[in-house]
Amino acid sequence: MGEPATETGFSLRRRRTLQALGCLGALGWARAGADEPIRFGLTPVFLDDQVGFLGRWRWYLEGRLERPLQFVQRRSYDEILQLLLEGRIDFSWLCGYPYWRHRHRLALVSVPVYEGAPLYRAYLIRHAEDPHLQDLNRLRGRTFAYSDPDSNSGYLYVRHRLQQQGLDPATLFGRSFFTLAHRRVIEAVAVRLADAGAVDGYVWDVLSRRAPGITDDTRVIERSDPFGFPPVVASRHLAPTLSESMQRVLNGMHRDADGRALLAELALDRFETAAPDLYEDIGRMADGVA
Amino acid sequence: MLLLRDLSLRYKIPLRAVVLVLITATLLTAVQVPRERDELQHDLEENARLLGITLTQNLVVPLIQDDVWRAFELLRSPLSGVDERAAERLPFALVLFDRDLRVMASSDPARYPVNAEPEALPRFRGIAPWVRASPTLPGARPLVVDENTLALVLPVVADGVTLGHLVLGYSRDGMRARAARLVQQSVIYTLALLALILPLTWYWGQRTARPLIKLADGMAQVGAGLPEDAALDLEESGDEIGRAGVAFRRMLYELRQKEALEQEVMVNERLAAVGRLAAGVAHEINNPLGGMLNAVDTFKRYGGDAEQTARTLSLIERGLLQIRDTVSALLVEARPSGKPLSLQDFEDLHTLVSADAHRQRVNFDWHVALPDVPLPLPATLVRQVVLNLLLNALQSTPPGEIITVCAHITGEYLSIQVINAGPLIPPERLGHLFEPFAGDHPRGHGLGLWVSYQIVQQLRGQIAVDSDESGTGFTVRLPLCHEED
Repeated sequence: MGEPATETGFSLRRRRTLQALGCLGALGWARAGADEPIRFGLTPVFLDDQVGFLGRWRWYLEGRLERPLQFVQRRSYDEILQLLLEGRIDFSWLCGYPYWRHRHRLALVSVPVYEGAPLYRAYLIRHAEDPHLQDLNRLRGRTFAYSDPDSNSGYLYVRHRLQQQGLDPATLFGRSFFTLAHRRVIEAVAVRLADAGAVDGYVWDVLSRRAPGITDDTRVIERSDPFGFPPVVASRHLAPTLSESMQRVLNGMHRDADGRALLAELALDRFETAAPDLYEDIGRMADGVA
Repeated sequence: MLLLRDLSLRYKIPLRAVVLVLITATLLTAVQVPRERDELQHDLEENARLLGITLTQNLVVPLIQDDVWRAFELLRSPLSGVDERAAERLPFALVLFDRDLRVMASSDPARYPVNAEPEALPRFRGIAPWVRASPTLPGARPLVVDENTLALVLPVVADGVTLGHLVLGYSRDGMRARAARLVQQSVIYTLALLALILPLTWYWGQRTARPLIKLADGMAQVGAGLPEDAALDLEESGDEIGRAGVAFRRMLYELRQKEALEQEVMVNERLAAVGRLAAGVAHEINNPLGGMLNAVDTFKRYGGDAEQTARTLSLIERGLLQIRDTVSALLVEARPSGKPLSLQDFEDLHTLVSADAHRQRVNFDWHVALPDVPLPLPATLVRQVVLNLLLNALQSTPPGEIITVCAHITGEYLSIQVINAGPLIPPERLGHLFEPFAGDHPRGHGLGLWVSYQIVQQLRGQIAVDSDESGTGFTVRLPLCHEED
């Protein structure tokens, strides 16, 4: 049934077309005016459904950048990525996997530090009342929930693990589907829409602390080795000064009280600068899976 | 039941009205309930169809894109965050089957898991053929799966192609609960209405009963005497009760007329009795008078010595004493007074009738054992009763026989018996003895016993007659505690 391989193939084709269009478009939309709001794309690499928090963060960033700022949210990672590649948004908090794929067209601005390091893990989760589901082999014929085809923890990592074990996702699962958000993967497993799911470990940990009602019904089967935390990236089209300002503001958040309060809400220590090779592990996995 | 029959109309009429209202309310509720249940079922079908159509339209894209999560969100949304009341009107589960007849998504994945086949689903076993063979079955139509589940199967169609099926499963428990609540509500409304209507019904019933009760109260007064028109509180109306009231008044009027007439007859009879007595007494006086006149005549003609004079005077004296006794007995009789009855009255009676008795050669056996104190009974009336009985006995007793008269006090009663050795009174006559003009005696007019009966009644006493071969006895019992009305 609709195994995401075909879906991904389709997406890739479409993406290339859109990329080409985006390059053309970027020339026309040179965005520089000081009163133009900065457009900051968000993806569900964190709990992006906290509207109140986003309002406070936006207010904080506008104050430090002395420019209006607008958060842009879309249904999938891909839509945000396309907007970014086309230059229709300036920054994006994105997964390391699409960043690595498009690292030549994107600039790494800042990386969150989570529990002392700019790293996070991918989790494989199951329902709490399904104790036999302890490894991937047991997923035969079961239903599996991916997060997003452009997500490392919510897609790439599982595909990599399956390949390592010589399992074919096309025949292994009875059915699989994308929820396009880590939180929804957890929910899908919690209500037993899916028997297991791939999810961002950071999101699961934060949720288990903030809203344990959802994660209580799920258990982690497997934790991956650490990967580079989803970074904030900028379009190459963007003026370097704006990119630098953003980097300065983000990296300085932990130095003032308001920033610390916001970081606390994100359960992050701070933002810092990182080198692209932080995502090399993801890159290797992507190369292997592809 | 007897208790109910004896109940006053004051309660009976309102009670009947109340029972009628209750029966009406119960019947109405009973008719209403099945109607409500049909309505509910119709309502549920309508809602199911609406919800189903909306969902199937929205499920086309998730089905085409195999978007399990989106389908789940769509199926979950109508059922999430609803309270228990609303849940009763909603399906307990919404299940989407894909083209391979497996569950693609459901509102309750724990019970209706993804990829399950319709046969494996709890409470949905009956719908499998509908999902599998739906092209040959009529389209959207509710079908009963089992006695607790109602399911609606709707195809998800795009461009003429069936992509899958949506099943809406409704619990009949929910519908039953709603029906029960409706019944409860209608019972409460009925009770509230009854609370309003019943007092009104009660009041109405009371009003209907009131004239009847007044009429009955008026009639009840008749026993003790005839109530005055003014004392009657009858409602005037043209209906049957009003007519009964008018008839009752007319009856009372006639009864009063009759009573007056009877009173008159009684007075007349008293006078007649007195007249008869007077005749007897005159005769009684005449005898000594004759003797005395003879003595005076003899004395005048022959004169005489002292012995002769003394004998004449003694003769005259005895004659005068006899006359005085007779006259004094008569004086009491002729003048009714409130004088209490005493032993003397019985002696007077003895005196009064002894002349007649002597003439008829009838003897009295006189047993009057009364204390020599006034008794709380009116002397005149008792004397008349006893006199009538004595005269009656005298008439019936053949010469040479004895009349026994007894009078004594037993307990709270004065008991008087007059027994004569006359002929047997036939039983068929005994029953009519105290009616006016019942006697067939050539010398009487038959009012004597009737008057005696009336007087005894008036004194709240009893009079009885007993007759056999040996004679006839009248017994009168008069209560001593009698108080004049």
